[in-house]
Amino acid sequence: MKSRPLWSFAVNAMLVVVAVISLAPLLWMLSVSFMQTGEAGHFPPPLLPSHATFDNYRELFLRAGMGRFLFNSFLISSCVMLLSVLFNTLAGYAFAKLRFKGRDRTFRALLAALVIPAQVAMMPLFLLLKQMGLVNTYMGAIVPGMAAIFGIFLVRQYARTIPDELLEAARIDGAGEWRIFFQIVLPALKPILVTLAIFSFLGAWNDFMWPLIVLSDERLQTLPVALASLSREHVMDYELMMAGSVVTILPVLLLFLVLQRYYIQGLLLGSVKG
Amino acid sequence: MKTSTAGWLFAAPALTVIGLFFGLPVVAALALSLTDFDIYALADPGNLRFVGVGNYVSLLQNPLFWKSLGNTLYFVIVGVPLSVAMSLGAALLLHSKVGRFKPFFRTAYFAPVVTTVVAVAVIWRYLFHTKYGLVNWGLSALGIDAIDWLGDPHWAMPTIILFAVWKNFGYNMIIFLAGLQSIPEDLYEAARIDGANTWKQFRHVTLPMLGPVLLLVSILTMAGYFQLFAEPYVMTQGGPLESTKSVLYLMYEEGFKWWNLGNASAVAFLLFLLMVATTSGLLWFARRKGVE
Repeated sequence: MKSRPLWSFAVNAMLVVVAVISLAPLLWMLSVSFMQTGEAGHFPPPLLPSHATFDNYRELFLRAGMGRFLFNSFLISSCVMLLSVLFNTLAGYAFAKLRFKGRDRTFRALLAALVIPAQVAMMPLFLLLKQMGLVNTYMGAIVPGMAAIFGIFLVRQYARTIPDELLEAARIDGAGEWRIFFQIVLPALKPILVTLAIFSFLGAWNDFMWPLIVLSDERLQTLPVALASLSREHVMDYELMMAGSVVTILPVLLLFLVLQRYYIQGLLLGSVKG
Repeated sequence: MKTSTAGWLFAAPALTVIGLFFGLPVVAALALSLTDFDIYALADPGNLRFVGVGNYVSLLQNPLFWKSLGNTLYFVIVGVPLSVAMSLGAALLLHSKVGRFKPFFRTAYFAPVVTTVVAVAVIWRYLFHTKYGLVNWGLSALGIDAIDWLGDPHWAMPTIILFAVWKNFGYNMIIFLAGLQSIPEDLYEAARIDGANTWKQFRHVTLPMLGPVLLLVSILTMAGYFQLFAEPYVMTQGGPLESTKSVLYLMYEEGFKWWNLGNASAVAFLLFLLMVATTSGLLWFARRKGVE
């Protein structure tokens, strides 16, 4: 029944329609970002620029300080990524493979804490960081992201597949726990480390509420925060805002396209088996 | 070094970070929500007073709280089923044997998920512009009058829901796709022999087999949708007429615009309670239906 040509046509047509809906806003953003000022404010809306120009990007980087925001985003996201991958991996491995007192109880408590939304902690967290002098510093945006329960869980799931005999053999040979971790465990965990790195980088890059709260100093702001305030100032400036969106989205979109396989693997490991 | 020492040592950095920057603040939030912490207390903690459940009582009498709660529930009740249905539909399309170029389509559908909410919300604000937006232009070709999508209190929330569905459906789609791939082919075979058509196969084989995945996806999506904030912040600033002000938006304004941190903590806890209650409700419903 499913081999009917009509059915096949309908399925493929729907596939195309959904793809158009998914991609059209992104393609339109790219197109408008190359338009001259005021060009998109016409009816009917133009689909392609009549004379493509880089003016909007030049304006963003020279006058709106986009270079600074891009740097801030890269710095904060990279620090969060490096630290959280290290801390989550150490903990995930410990919860999977090292017997210690209170291990299972601690892990269950962590899982239970997953239901608490991060926003509940935000007000006291702000006061705490203010006390520590970290409000309006890069560190203020970085420290809460240095470890994540979900990341620990992801590593633990994967680390459980490392055979115990491998670790025992290394111990009998006299290897210390640190050496075992860096020379045996880390290489075995490589795929999940890539996944974890993408997740934490994307998460930090796209995060909005916390950086909005903790970074009120304009020179420290990340791209989403800066873009939100630019979009309030330049409501009428479509072309400029679209260029700003391109700069914000492009790095993470490229990262995803290159490392797609790892991202999807992590997504499935985190939800289906969880 | 003993393995038990190593275990604690390895887990310590992550546990310290989570304990200090999440666990401690959550407990402190509960305490904070019982005080009148405001801008004066921010300057001098001596101005802090214990008010018991005063914040909660006054919130429950505050029309703006109920308004934002209603808006959030509207977003969740309409948005979650729409998102899940769209995800399932897309997954079925990608799972269909007759479809072509599936890896390309899968990537295309997933692309909006990895984009930055703020940046794509900015795009949507222009797509749904009353005068120059592509959407109204497309509708005018069908003979439909221009709609003031983000400026009309009746249309602003539906527009944000459409945005959320577009942005998020790819995520659950991947989970559904894995679920569909794990359904044994002989079940469909048996159904076909019994004379079931495509719809009946979907209704009596696919849906029951996807039950647990459906439950999981609904819970995850619901938890995410209760946390609506960036979309209205960028697209409507909570307006028009506060028709898109969400609970978290209220919390943000209370806490970080007016510096009523005690009150803001109470808002956060009420939202948390609501999330726990709805999730438990959903689980109870699923158990009664025999899913799991």
